[in-house]
Amino acid sequence: MKTRHLRILQRTYVILFFGFMYLPIAYMMIFSFNESKGYALFTGVTLKWYKSLFSNSSILSALVLSLELALISAIIATVLGTSAAIGINSMKTKPRLLITNITYIPVVNPEIITGISLMLMFVAYQTIAVKVDFLPNTIMGFPTLLIAHIAFNVPYVIFNVLPKLRQMDIRLYEAALDLGCNPHQAFFKVVLPEIMPAVLSSFLICLTYSIDDFMISYFNCGTLETLPLQIYSMTRRKVSPEIYALSTIMFIVILSIIMISNSLESRNYKKNQTKN
Amino acid sequence: MKRTTLFCAGISLALVLNGLTVFAADDNDMIRVNEDICVSADYDWTRFQGHGVSLNVYNWGEYISNGSDDSVDVISAFEELTGISVNYTTFDSNETMYAKIKSGAADYDVIVPSDYMVAKMINEEMLLPINHDNVPNMARMDDQYMNQDFDPGNKYSVPYMICTTGIIYNTSMVSTAPTSWADLWNSEYAGNILMFNNSRDAYAIAAFKLGFSINPDSVDEVSIVIEELKAQKPLVQAYVMDEIFDKIEGGEAAVGVYYSGDAITMIDDNPDLAWVFPEEGSVLSIDNMCIPTACRNQEAAEMFINYMCEIDVGVANCEYIGYTTPSTEIWECLDDEMKYNEIAYPSEEELAKTQVFTNLSNEVNDELDTKWSEMKSYNEGGNAYTMLFLLMAGVTLACFNIWRKIRKKMRSTYQ
Repeated sequence: MKTRHLRILQRTYVILFFGFMYLPIAYMMIFSFNESKGYALFTGVTLKWYKSLFSNSSILSALVLSLELALISAIIATVLGTSAAIGINSMKTKPRLLITNITYIPVVNPEIITGISLMLMFVAYQTIAVKVDFLPNTIMGFPTLLIAHIAFNVPYVIFNVLPKLRQMDIRLYEAALDLGCNPHQAFFKVVLPEIMPAVLSSFLICLTYSIDDFMISYFNCGTLETLPLQIYSMTRRKVSPEIYALSTIMFIVILSIIMISNSLESRNYKKNQTKN
Repeated sequence: MKRTTLFCAGISLALVLNGLTVFAADDNDMIRVNEDICVSADYDWTRFQGHGVSLNVYNWGEYISNGSDDSVDVISAFEELTGISVNYTTFDSNETMYAKIKSGAADYDVIVPSDYMVAKMINEEMLLPINHDNVPNMARMDDQYMNQDFDPGNKYSVPYMICTTGIIYNTSMVSTAPTSWADLWNSEYAGNILMFNNSRDAYAIAAFKLGFSINPDSVDEVSIVIEELKAQKPLVQAYVMDEIFDKIEGGEAAVGVYYSGDAITMIDDNPDLAWVFPEEGSVLSIDNMCIPTACRNQEAAEMFINYMCEIDVGVANCEYIGYTTPSTEIWECLDDEMKYNEIAYPSEEELAKTQVFTNLSNEVNDELDTKWSEMKSYNEGGNAYTMLFLLMAGVTLACFNIWRKIRKKMRSTYQ
């Protein structure tokens, strides 16, 4: 009797939890098919917002910019962060603690402060660059966005890769050296494959943070416009249903990627189980 | 005659096929850019062709006909016509735009501030005077929207769109329709009123009710008017901006205040809604195209402004946005439904009762800001405690979790 009660409680908890998380998205998806522009009244089913999304050059160019930026900044941040993590890992305790704490600061710092301080730095650079010949005068735009995104992504990579490095048995690396690898080979053949899952997951984290980011991009975008910035500026009049259509597509793409990768993983797992 | 046109059309088609763009001249000195847009031919549109000129345009969100929902894409037509590439970006409020330009972190060529912001930017020398010779289409604008207090002689600004503020209400939810701003203080609508979440617009409503100017001269005036807003607060359901679309359309609130252009959109979606031009008068806001000092190519920027005042472009924009055009010539070309829409085009007598925002002195502006946030946070003390409580609960939960983990770890080490 008691277990049954418990189970009902568990179920309602799970349903509530997932409802809380996914109902808003489901609501938005339904209204991406709405005939009228509002999301208060459902007047009829249509695909016109999907069609007009692909002819709306400003939304598409904002999307392309967001994706480009996310991809490039994530790649650079992953490389930088991974190498930093390897360096930090081989430090002595005291400097390591110091460096990890310093790396924590951008993570716990409110984004708005990071954004404003970066902007101030870029503006200061511009005032100096005007006086110096060989420096490019206007960097506001893609360069500043890229630098800003890399800057806030690197700490996440470090904190993702460091634990994996500490988990790794240092003797593996030493064994590789003993068996005739040079440090370079030992890194690529032994260390990197070992920490690869962490590197990949941090790459994905960077990608999502970068696509998501509003605050820092807001201050550092110059005359460019990423997707979150464009959606925000629609709020005085009305967020166009094309955005619901776009979000629906993005949601489905991401969901299917996760589903496929999970199913592949579980198949591999099963294979390994039967082998053993 | 017909034959020559046909011949010309044939040649231009051939040239287009060759990869060159040539614009066939229409009958009355017009250049046809595409099937929807013709521009006047007595303007040198192509002088920047092939120079690789680009313009950074900063406008309100969803405030131009952009090709979505079967509208005309006016920006791409401009690029096709002039060979200037346009980097079009958007903002959500005058203050956002101002902050961005002021920070020096962005070089814009054309911006679209509202009336009082134009005055503020002129005061702070953030705008360049416009060379009127390069914007001949300025002559299309009606006199009543030109030469306003915020920019005498339109030295720095060309009107783009205008709108008024008014009351929108749900006819099925109220027994007596509101007719004036004073009705927003009527307890009949208690809990059903939506007010502007924007100090200037909300202030103007109370000022109209009391018969004051919407541009206060003194700090005392501000206090009196804000007191009036404070008195209204118990009746107000929420202070909102764009959330009003869904609240009013969905019947969550019966009476709201918003801009005329957006009211048209709301009424399209929900025919139960109706619009009232308040008896006391209303705010006429004028959004203007201006050139900030950081502009890199003023002549190209002026060309863009001139293009935006073209009749076909103006018509496309009006149809897409639903706002009011400041030009009779553009108005004449609208379809009848829009043309005789009383919301977008109020009568002369109503227009005579409108007032336009001007920039306030710093002292008055600061007072307005503080009094406004004071008014809004008034009575909301309970909320802060709830937040504190929630925060404490969160921290306790986190601590409990950590403690549990540590205990678990200790146990596993002993085993």
